[in-house]
Amino acid sequence: MWRYTVRRLIQGVITVWFIATATFAAMHMVPGDPLGSERATTESIRQNLEARYGLDKPVFPDQYLIFLGNMARGDFGISFTQQNRSVNDIIREAFPVSAQLGVLAVIFAALGGVLLGALTALNRNRLPDVIIMFLVILGISIPSFVFAALGQLAVVRLNDWTGQSLLPVAGWGTFQHMLLPALVLGLGTMAFLTRLMRSSMLEVVNTDYVRTARAKGVPPLRVFWRHQLRNAVLPVITVLGPAIAAITTGGFVVELVFAIPGLGRTFVEAVQQLDYTLIMGTTVFYGAFLVLMVILVDIIYGWVDPRVRLG
Amino acid sequence: MTDHPQALSAADFAPASARPDAHGITRPSQSYWQDAWRRLRHNKRAIASLWIVIFLLAFTLIGPLLWRVDPYAQNLDRISQPPTLAAQTLLVERGVQWEGVTLPQWPHAPSREWLTDPQRIELPAPEAMEVVGDPHTLSVRLRWSPVANAAGYQVYRNTYRPTAVNELGLPLGETWAGNDVGYEDQLALTPNTYWYSVTATDGLRESEQFASIAVDVQLATTIESALARGLIPSRDAAQAGDYVAMPANPFGTDYLGRDMLARLMHGARTSLFIGIAAPLLFVLFGTVYGAFAGFAGGRTDDFMMRIADFVIALPFLLFMILIRVASGIGPGESGIMPLLMALVVLSWPATARLVRGQILQIREEGYVQAARLLGARDHYLILRHMVPNTLGVILVTLTFAIPTAIFTEAFLSFIGMGVAPPVPSWGSMSNEGLKSMLNSPHELFFPALFISITVLAFNMLGDGLRDALDARMRSRE
Repeated sequence: MWRYTVRRLIQGVITVWFIATATFAAMHMVPGDPLGSERATTESIRQNLEARYGLDKPVFPDQYLIFLGNMARGDFGISFTQQNRSVNDIIREAFPVSAQLGVLAVIFAALGGVLLGALTALNRNRLPDVIIMFLVILGISIPSFVFAALGQLAVVRLNDWTGQSLLPVAGWGTFQHMLLPALVLGLGTMAFLTRLMRSSMLEVVNTDYVRTARAKGVPPLRVFWRHQLRNAVLPVITVLGPAIAAITTGGFVVELVFAIPGLGRTFVEAVQQLDYTLIMGTTVFYGAFLVLMVILVDIIYGWVDPRVRLG
Repeated sequence: MTDHPQALSAADFAPASARPDAHGITRPSQSYWQDAWRRLRHNKRAIASLWIVIFLLAFTLIGPLLWRVDPYAQNLDRISQPPTLAAQTLLVERGVQWEGVTLPQWPHAPSREWLTDPQRIELPAPEAMEVVGDPHTLSVRLRWSPVANAAGYQVYRNTYRPTAVNELGLPLGETWAGNDVGYEDQLALTPNTYWYSVTATDGLRESEQFASIAVDVQLATTIESALARGLIPSRDAAQAGDYVAMPANPFGTDYLGRDMLARLMHGARTSLFIGIAAPLLFVLFGTVYGAFAGFAGGRTDDFMMRIADFVIALPFLLFMILIRVASGIGPGESGIMPLLMALVVLSWPATARLVRGQILQIREEGYVQAARLLGARDHYLILRHMVPNTLGVILVTLTFAIPTAIFTEAFLSFIGMGVAPPVPSWGSMSNEGLKSMLNSPHELFFPALFISITVLAFNMLGDGLRDALDARMRSRE
């Protein structure tokens, strides 16, 4: 188990290096240059600036090595557009926001998906199954920005109707602010997990051990919890890694629509303003985070299901 | 075995004769694809989806030939109009001035005594209000009855019926004499129902009493403008007061007065082109890559798959955006090609992995070993055994890749990182529609509906194809 973990971590480090390299290459292909601005600079000022930021050195290997060195030390540099702020500061401020939103969305998605999936499988081809599977198809087919818009509309109508502000429509700050965005963010994944859970549960429902447990007279609820759910939930855990990735990147739209100061919005704004260091910093940070999540989920999976414990 | 067989006769115990055709094949043999097609045909949902897909393709390819409305043509007097089937416009002369209504006789102007009396009562509202002539989007002419002691009037306009003085709406203008009881509104009118209100003022204080009238404003165009837009063939073909048919907007218009149906058709070109071309390209590349890796095996395989692993690890949307920014979109470019390229570059490894796995499996199958033993060459093995046996899986992957690609395009266009305006795509149309969701929901509804239907159809078609083509992957429904 330890050897497996260490090996996965080493692989992860190499992957993050690759992500950093790809980011570096992509940013150097961007037309225009970082020091180009409307303000007229004389040639000597420009040379001074280039010397200060190492832009006079060859891109490869000097600039690349400096970049890698800084990344390895966790120094993402200074923002190009936000005054007196380092990229580290910006990430430190924005990431917890995205993380809170993401965690809540994953909880929504996982709990909802597992419970709804189990419910549909146990009521196979009956009304709850038909209704939930229809909603699942809608959830998979409707883009998240439409859900976000409809959610906001519903909240506005609800607030109008009750005459008090039950839920805020947009913004960030309190727990109430998180509910609607997290639900919207988790919805697509919830639909996907419901489908997965349903088929996995259907396989488990009629297995020998379930029949044996029933024959022994185990109460139905206990059969459900201990024998059916625990075994059916395993495939759901494997896709949780990619699901977390989908939810974190899905945060882009939700953060934009709900005006949430998270990392996704930071990234989109950085791209719009061509803030070189901020773009590179967020990309590498996101990439490292996702790689870590996938490794973590794999390790947890090996721990939950002894059959797949890979040496 | 409780019930007894009734009345057995001796004939029942006669020895059976050998039937010579017992082992004959009575049905025509069916190829894999015939069998798959038979199974797909019995899947109602898949067939319905197939028809939807065919309809969407027709909508995209044939639609613009039948519906020849320019998706870029802005029509600023028809902004955010709800869907209409038949539209017509009234032709009017350009720049006809209205002299207004000035009464030769009227009660009287405010006297000095009136104005200096601090106890004076508020002026009443005009008793009557009426529309002069035909109200249309170029001019609405109003007149009202005069009020004694008035020194002028204020005219307001709103889009709903005012019930209190603070709901009169937009102050349009005022007149400067008590007998000046006409007003012409030419300010940014759209075909709509407006409520006009008039209050009287004695020169010092405006009354809070108001008279209101509802006016249905119809669309009008000057003859010159109609000529320029090609609504009438020549100047002499029509005269002021005639009605001319306008291109109808079955799906309404957007925030610049552009026809939604035409934009949806052209947006479908963008969305479906990216949604179909990108998966075709990356599935093809992934297939070739994976097949080569799987077939070569050994160190080549290891190396090639390691590269694929790295590409999979890249955060997908971030790099979609990065590649799009890196390729740079110049003025006048649509940005479709960078998007396509980014999708291909980032999406191929999943197919490569899948195909490699399939090839590795098939390589060990008995029939391949047998063929090899019989001296089959590599290209024969690949073309005859490996490709046909993986084609089903590849086709299913392709079908499922299409909705994902359409989603990605819509998503990127929605956050403004996709195709560049004014090129329509369903995603960017949704983004534009979102801003006016409350007032004109059709602007968001239609593009979102098209995205959803397309994604739904391809997903269900994919489910059907998977069930039909691959018995091992068949979903357990």
